[in-house]
Amino acid sequence: MSGVVAQALPGEQVHITTNPDTEPFWEAAKEDRLVVLQCGNCGVFRMPPTPFCPNCQSKEKKWPELSGRATVFSYSVVHGFPGIKDIVLVAAVLDLEGAPGARLVTDIVEVDPEDVQIGMEVEVLFSPIADGWKLPLFRPVSS
Amino acid sequence: MTGTAPDVAIVGVGATPYWRRGQSWPRTMTELAGDAILAAVEEAGLSVKDIDGFAYYSEAGAGYGDKFDTALFMETLGIPEVTFSATLTAGGGGAAGSIGLARAAILAGDANVVVTVMALQQAKQRLGSVFAAVAPNPINSFLQPSGLSGPGHLMSVLTRRHMHDYGTRREAFAEIAISQRQNALNRPKAIMRDPITLEDYFNARMIADPLCLLDFCLETDGAIAVITTSVERAKDLRQPPVPVVAAAHGGARDWGRAFAWFGMPQETFASSGHAAVAKHLFRRAGVGPEDIDVALLYDHFSPMVLMQLEDYGFCKKGEGGEFVESGAIRYKGGSIPVNTHGGQLSECYIIGMTHILEGVEQMRGTAINQVEDAELALVTGGPAALPVSGLILGKHL
Repeated sequence: MSGVVAQALPGEQVHITTNPDTEPFWEAAKEDRLVVLQCGNCGVFRMPPTPFCPNCQSKEKKWPELSGRATVFSYSVVHGFPGIKDIVLVAAVLDLEGAPGARLVTDIVEVDPEDVQIGMEVEVLFSPIADGWKLPLFRPVSS
Repeated sequence: MTGTAPDVAIVGVGATPYWRRGQSWPRTMTELAGDAILAAVEEAGLSVKDIDGFAYYSEAGAGYGDKFDTALFMETLGIPEVTFSATLTAGGGGAAGSIGLARAAILAGDANVVVTVMALQQAKQRLGSVFAAVAPNPINSFLQPSGLSGPGHLMSVLTRRHMHDYGTRREAFAEIAISQRQNALNRPKAIMRDPITLEDYFNARMIADPLCLLDFCLETDGAIAVITTSVERAKDLRQPPVPVVAAAHGGARDWGRAFAWFGMPQETFASSGHAAVAKHLFRRAGVGPEDIDVALLYDHFSPMVLMQLEDYGFCKKGEGGEFVESGAIRYKGGSIPVNTHGGQLSECYIIGMTHILEGVEQMRGTAINQVEDAELALVTGGPAALPVSGLILGKHL
């Protein structure tokens, strides 16, 4: 135990923009729902959302809602951010349950960074950011 | 020894002094780049008026946030006419490949004396927080909120996976930092000339765990230019020509946008993304990794040296840690001396150009840390979003 608890960047400092391909993801997050882009033709998942399916080139899109559980594929313990010297972030790349092949880059919070491991199970929570949007973050699955 | 006879050669290189971040001011970027271009043509025995082509990389980026403009170079340097002006896309991945772009122009008959130039001045924006400073857009909105604020932060995530998959130890990254520092000690222009120990490495500040300060390249200022021309023209010039044995740029979709995407399949995730380019490069050159005498591997972050050693076949995939820890990359006593100039970790960082400069000096036989009887040098561009690139330089026309 290091006694440190990993945080995310202060919400008011986090800005996103959207386009027609990505907006459904962020609109769902506003409602505390984690969705993912799935090809409406062949069923292949992809993130971040882009116009074409790389497998079949279809533009048909589906946005299935996921369980919100994920597995840590890799991560970094980041010490400091420009303007926030002392913050500790666990930035992580996650495999999303129910959407093989689609990954999400996020932060794991409410955890001692020393307890994070590749393969660890985490679950989503939604945190307010600038302009009324919400950002999916993750925390260890409560045992 | 090599595949086909070379058709182009590097005939001149020019460099400014090297400075710590921001200290080249009040020289402008155009002045820095112009100084390097004038030094390169002078060394070659050419006039600046002979330049008729520009082959850039990094989208003609002038460091971070600025762009080079061929017309402005012509206006101020007095270059009367150009017949080629083009760039590789993306970023520092194309550094070595820009010489291939120059070659393409020369072979097509579009130009004859082609300059590649890069300058870096970090007075306005430093490399270390470059991604945090970019305005949000719909694609980076899936990356930027995580707080991975610079390229080293992003690559630390790949490094963690390499350590997990293959048991790679921090001692291997330390050996890269220590051996390259050793190579910088006797270099008058090197920014870092104090030796470092394993203890220093493990005491260094963690920036993005598993990467510490000594895994990160320097933040420096300076400019370097390289002149490429046809083998015929090269024969009459001042320097012994350094032939381009092969050049390649590109890469596979599995790597793609790399650590700005993070969607790579498991084996590619923990790599440098250079495997596809390495295959083409060696095929075009008609040589293999066993034929390379000195490797100038783009070292923005120490683990990427290790992963390039794997992707270029100097050791097997996953065995880079053991290979490096055996002393294999040392200038003295190693089987494949790596970054004999100290690299971007210890000499100076100009987005890959110092590696081309060192490759040229090694092939001329004039390098400060000369590898004895070296006849083939590998030079690489930065593991980053595609295109990545590689270059093999030779000694004999």
